[in-house]
Amino acid sequence: MKKLIAGAAMALMGLAGAAMAEDYPERPIMMMVSYGAGGATDFQARIVTMTAGNEDALGMPIAIINKPGAGGRVGWNWFATQADADGYTLAAYNVPHFIAQSIKGGVQYSAESFEPIANWGADPAVFVVAADSPFNSMADVVAHAKENPGKLTFSGAGLFVGHHIAALQIEKAAGVKMAYIPTKGGGAAAMKAVIAGEVMGGINNLSDAFRAQEAGNVKILGVADLQRSDFLPDVPTMQEQGLDVDNSSVNFRGVMVPKDTPQEVIEKLAATVPQMFANDRVAKKMEAGGSPMHIMTRDEVKEMWAAREQTLKELLAGL
Amino acid sequence: MEFIYYFGDVFSPLSFLLLLCGTIGGLILGATPGLSPTMAVALLIPFTFHLEAVQGLILLGAAYTSTVAGGAVSAILLKIPGAPANIATTLDGHKMAKQGQGAKALQLSFLASAAGGIFGVLLLIFLTPLLAEWALAFGPSHLFWLAILGVTVIGSLDSASVVKGLLSGCMGLWLATIGFDDIMGAQRFIFHPSLGGGINIIAALIGLFAIPQVLTMFAKGRRTTGAEVIEVQKHSVLDATRELFRRPRALGIGTITGSIIGLIPGVGGQIAGLVAYDQTKKFSSEKEKFGKGHSEGVIAAEAANNAMVGPSLVPLLTLSIPGSPTAAVLLGGLLIHGIFPGSDLFDNHPDVAWTFINSMLVGQVLMCLFGLYVAGLAARVAQVPQSVMAAIVLALSVFGAYSVQSSMGDVYVMACLGIGMYFLERFGFSAAPLVLGLILGPIAEANFIQGGMIADATVGKASYFLTGGLNIILIAVVVASIAYSAWMELRSRRYTTKEEAQA
Repeated sequence: MKKLIAGAAMALMGLAGAAMAEDYPERPIMMMVSYGAGGATDFQARIVTMTAGNEDALGMPIAIINKPGAGGRVGWNWFATQADADGYTLAAYNVPHFIAQSIKGGVQYSAESFEPIANWGADPAVFVVAADSPFNSMADVVAHAKENPGKLTFSGAGLFVGHHIAALQIEKAAGVKMAYIPTKGGGAAAMKAVIAGEVMGGINNLSDAFRAQEAGNVKILGVADLQRSDFLPDVPTMQEQGLDVDNSSVNFRGVMVPKDTPQEVIEKLAATVPQMFANDRVAKKMEAGGSPMHIMTRDEVKEMWAAREQTLKELLAGL
Repeated sequence: MEFIYYFGDVFSPLSFLLLLCGTIGGLILGATPGLSPTMAVALLIPFTFHLEAVQGLILLGAAYTSTVAGGAVSAILLKIPGAPANIATTLDGHKMAKQGQGAKALQLSFLASAAGGIFGVLLLIFLTPLLAEWALAFGPSHLFWLAILGVTVIGSLDSASVVKGLLSGCMGLWLATIGFDDIMGAQRFIFHPSLGGGINIIAALIGLFAIPQVLTMFAKGRRTTGAEVIEVQKHSVLDATRELFRRPRALGIGTITGSIIGLIPGVGGQIAGLVAYDQTKKFSSEKEKFGKGHSEGVIAAEAANNAMVGPSLVPLLTLSIPGSPTAAVLLGGLLIHGIFPGSDLFDNHPDVAWTFINSMLVGQVLMCLFGLYVAGLAARVAQVPQSVMAAIVLALSVFGAYSVQSSMGDVYVMACLGIGMYFLERFGFSAAPLVLGLILGPIAEANFIQGGMIADATVGKASYFLTGGLNIILIAVVVASIAYSAWMELRSRRYTTKEEAQA
């Protein structure tokens, strides 16, 4: 019955090849995650796709495969050049990472190589300091940086990732020079540097910082997003603290397909996947893990990608 | 003593069943070349979605402990280390297997693993708060010196000559630079897209150790002379236990080195075995026997790599920072049930925390029992005709290299490195120092650059890297290690010249 309705809906929309979309998917689907097993992206991807096999979702399970390396470049290179564009190969995207990497060059993809399907999560970058740090607000940090130009060390996970973008934006907004220390080994290594006192502060993921704050190891001074987070209602945004930092560094995670995937398949996925993300079980697991959800449809994601590319081009132009 | 209270939970029927499954499955996965502990734990994560938090963690913990130990099986019998942790095991273990002592080597390795592993978990139980501070004490400058300490081992590791050891170490260091650099953002030596992520360490391990073996086996052709087949001497477990206690030095050094190094986030697991092996060799009264099938080598390496398991979880359980890739996967297993590691875990979910830790303790014992049981059987692998063996190892190698990141690129990397290594071995180079270079290169480089950046913004490079208690201790150990090696080299040279003069 559901298939009939779906088929009828497709026919109403006047789409050619409705029959093919009706059959899709007829076998399990693969989703590539360009970070290692156990990382935040991998972990969230596994949760949001766990109900894919349900009748009201895709009716077929989604299997996660990991292609980690070079900050995600290995996986996205593979996806842009070698993945089959038949709708059975999906990938998780991380914005701003892949857009920033494509602007800096040396990779075989750009935002045009992929078609977004839907967004499931948004993990803003936050500024953290050790629990015993003298800094209690972003104003303290900026004041210290102004007195000691280039001497305030703060960590983050690598270059041209959300953390780095947030760092650049903070420096630009406050008009100060600070020492950004990129770590190898992702957000965990950057967080360790903060807790151990190797650096004076750091940019990290909201979800990881929230956990570290719960454990009493860090203070969170500001959120680099447009509004406060539900997880941290007491922590003000950067803008509230007078720093003109928008949501460009927010780590958006979602699903995409290669460019030449048949239009009917894209439509079908774009209609089904956001509903799949909205499932109660998914929401509960995501919340339990401290991962903020943010469901966006295909059109919203398209807009977000375009806006991001614009700001990142300006921000990275001077580097 | 809180942990004793929760021991009962480990023995509830379902938990114990999962513990058994995790242990046996872990041994099998660990013994398969290319399936590292991280992979094994990641493979099991989806199953834990459907279990309760405690049960899921028991499964993961058991799999972690037993894959580390299981890696010794392929290291000893096939000379293929399943994970970096098992490299040191191949050095003496495989020589023992070739001499027909495969069963003995396996028994020793499982007994030493259990002894080291239990010590490590006990450390985790009793000293966690103290150890957490120790784990944080290691900043970039200390990790840099630690990596340099590892480099001093390169020359003397498994090579006929120091120069050749150092040369292959340098090759490893060069291979380690390939790929995108996370810190400076540079692209280095990426001639082909599949090198973009750098050389994957597991694929490299398989290539460097397994492929030369396979080629050597094929090169021997189809001669079916009986001499090809290695006999397997039976060895009783009791004798193995006695042997273990006759070597308290190897066991002690292995366990302590493994526990200390395992604690350090980001470095631990990979080099614990090698550093312990080297230290045991330096303190041993039978130095010349190392590398020729000496039981102390196997005991030290295996005690160290399992002793590291408990302490390696300290940063995760107390600070919520995963210190190793495997710990990162375990973190996912905790988060999926809404449990945050850190004080929340011990205060609000003590049943989960302690049952998990207890299950690793019981898991060590189970792992040892099953390991000893299969040791006798597994050693017969050596009796499989070489032509058949070569085919099986080749298939496992390709499978293992592919499965790391589901990438054919890794299989090509494995094949190229393997073929290169086959010819290098003809010239007396060996794989162990090369792999050590490959592991230590990124650690030394990243920490030097990172430390340098922090130093430039604060106190300057000289005082950042050269002052401070821990820095000075580490530098002293590095100097001592080099001086000792040089002294030994000179002494052995003097002896040989004397003998030559007499002759």
